[in-house]
Amino acid sequence: MAGVIFDGVSKFYDDVAAVSDLDLVVEDGEFMVLLGPSGCGKTTALRMIAGLEEISAGKLSIGGRVVNDVDPAQRDISMVFQSYALYPHMTVHRNIESPLLVRSYHVDGPDSPARKLTRDERTERVLEAAQVLGLEPYLKRKPAALSGGQRQRVALARAFVGRPQVFLMDEPLSNLDAKLRAQTRIELVELHARVGTTIVYVTHDQVEAMTMATRVAVMAMGRLQQVGTPQEVYQRPVNTFVAQFIGTPPMNCLDGVVASDGSISVGAGSLAVPSGLSTRLEAGRKVVVGVRPEHLEFTTDASGSSVPAEVRAVEWLGHECLVSAQVAGQPLIVRLAGMATNEVGSSVNLSAPAGDLHLFDPDSTERLD
Amino acid sequence: MNDATSSSRSASAPAPPASSSRPPASPALDTTRRRRRRYDPKELGLAALFLGPSIAVFATFYYLPFFRLLSWGTFKQVRGGQSYRSVGLEQYREVLTGQDFRAGLGHSVMYVLYTVPIGLVLGILLAVAAHRRLKGIKVFQAIFSSTLASSVAVSSVIFFFVFNPTVGYFQVNWRNEKSMALFAAALPSIWQNLGLAFVIVLAGLQAVPDEVLEAARLDGYGPMRRLFRITLPLISPVLLFLLVVLVIFGFQAFAQIELTTNGGPAGASETLVFKIFRLNQDYGVGSVMSVGLFFVTLVVTFMQFAILDRRVHYGDA
Repeated sequence: MAGVIFDGVSKFYDDVAAVSDLDLVVEDGEFMVLLGPSGCGKTTALRMIAGLEEISAGKLSIGGRVVNDVDPAQRDISMVFQSYALYPHMTVHRNIESPLLVRSYHVDGPDSPARKLTRDERTERVLEAAQVLGLEPYLKRKPAALSGGQRQRVALARAFVGRPQVFLMDEPLSNLDAKLRAQTRIELVELHARVGTTIVYVTHDQVEAMTMATRVAVMAMGRLQQVGTPQEVYQRPVNTFVAQFIGTPPMNCLDGVVASDGSISVGAGSLAVPSGLSTRLEAGRKVVVGVRPEHLEFTTDASGSSVPAEVRAVEWLGHECLVSAQVAGQPLIVRLAGMATNEVGSSVNLSAPAGDLHLFDPDSTERLD
Repeated sequence: MNDATSSSRSASAPAPPASSSRPPASPALDTTRRRRRRYDPKELGLAALFLGPSIAVFATFYYLPFFRLLSWGTFKQVRGGQSYRSVGLEQYREVLTGQDFRAGLGHSVMYVLYTVPIGLVLGILLAVAAHRRLKGIKVFQAIFSSTLASSVAVSSVIFFFVFNPTVGYFQVNWRNEKSMALFAAALPSIWQNLGLAFVIVLAGLQAVPDEVLEAARLDGYGPMRRLFRITLPLISPVLLFLLVVLVIFGFQAFAQIELTTNGGPAGASETLVFKIFRLNQDYGVGSVMSVGLFFVTLVVTFMQFAILDRRVHYGDA
């Protein structure tokens, strides 16, 4: 097993930078999720690890070895593609066996020379992978005779059978239906716990990132925005992009101004300054106040820190309720457990605990601590 | 004379549509018959309206001439072509087992063996080479496929002069050497087959998903292994189609031979079609040979399907 290190890695297509100056350390055994909207460079970054894209600048190492000029097959990685990329003319058995046919492996221990596997060794590994992924009944079938979920498992088995140092996964769940996706998420986490191999996983789905990742790397426009555990990126987003990309519905971001009494006025109301803030806020400074929908609450006390709002819509989702409101022309969403009683068009007062407020600089969009 | 030529050609030329158009035609008729009771006359009229034109065209230009050809084969020319006498199947037996038919068939088979494999392999190689995202690759793709756009006459004349003993770029006298004459006549066909194979294989290659080839790269497959284990199997339906079509073209080749060697020297490059053409004064024998060529083509085509179809992978669901 091995970690992956991006050291100032960039990828240019002509003059367009798909990935710029990426510094990222994926620890050995980690489940790292590259998360971001489409076009953010996450797939390009993954394909550079695989060796399917050339690296324009910087150094990429796998397991301590710089691999910029190493052939994909020699990088000791495997990849699960979004389309699964199974060989349609081969049986499931042959598909899984495929990485074992040509590549050499250090079968007899890490210090002995790498060699090709014997036929028996290959069969043993294929059967083992098939057993782990529940594919034994389908080994003689061709991919066309399998369901989407089964094909996805074949792709996983093909990736795992060679026991590589790093698994790369490019949105492997996006072609599955919602139920199967939820189930496969859990299975992937179990599989990771079982084999302990480093996984680099690309997705635009924050649910996948939050549920599976050891750490999440949020990317936007070719740049790394934040790396951290799912809790860190959720609870302490470093900028408004991360704040609004993570979380459904996203974090509310309201324009405010620091008042002379040190509080922050938003529209006609005011909110307390987040606790533990070390940045000095001069009166009159413009700020962006971030607050997650679940941290907002209705209050009848209009005298303390609260902002007046008008209810625009109420959506009941069964286990929770989303109230869309407007504060001084700015939309925000309040998440409530159970059923909201507010009527559309009514006026309410919203407040939030000081500890759950986030401040961002409106120009740099960076977090103010 | 005109009549005889066109009738003997009609047997050889429409042979490919015969095998492909016949099966779909009859089930279509069957279903109308079976469903007659369940459909009202208005719908039947509509069906007849849609089917009518194609049935009429096929009947007039294919089925009718073909049956005429079959029956002409039972008439033997007497008194130097002054009249014909019905001899039943005797003429079929005589001609199809005769030396002339066998020699012609042998030359036709050789012609197919010269033209198909070389044209196919070169076309595949060029298509694989040109299937990449490079600036200006369209220019090369246009050049490689241009042989398809030139007529048989043009390509034959080009090769006539390229391999000409006195003014040629290669000054060889293949046309007058018994062992090389047929190959000389095959060159324009090879050149044209290459363009056809190139265009069709290139289209097939576009349909091979990039991710599958990338997966093969990660699995350690080198370029040759990727070509033989992944790319070619995935485009196998296209290759089967090409093989069948090129073989039929090979059996039907005429102008290339007429323009290059005119059948010579001493009949060394007379293929079946060429012999049929030379027999245009004898309707009877020409008809029998045409029917013979038709069945040879039919059997070879069926054999290709029977043998190769199992190895062909038709698409993913």
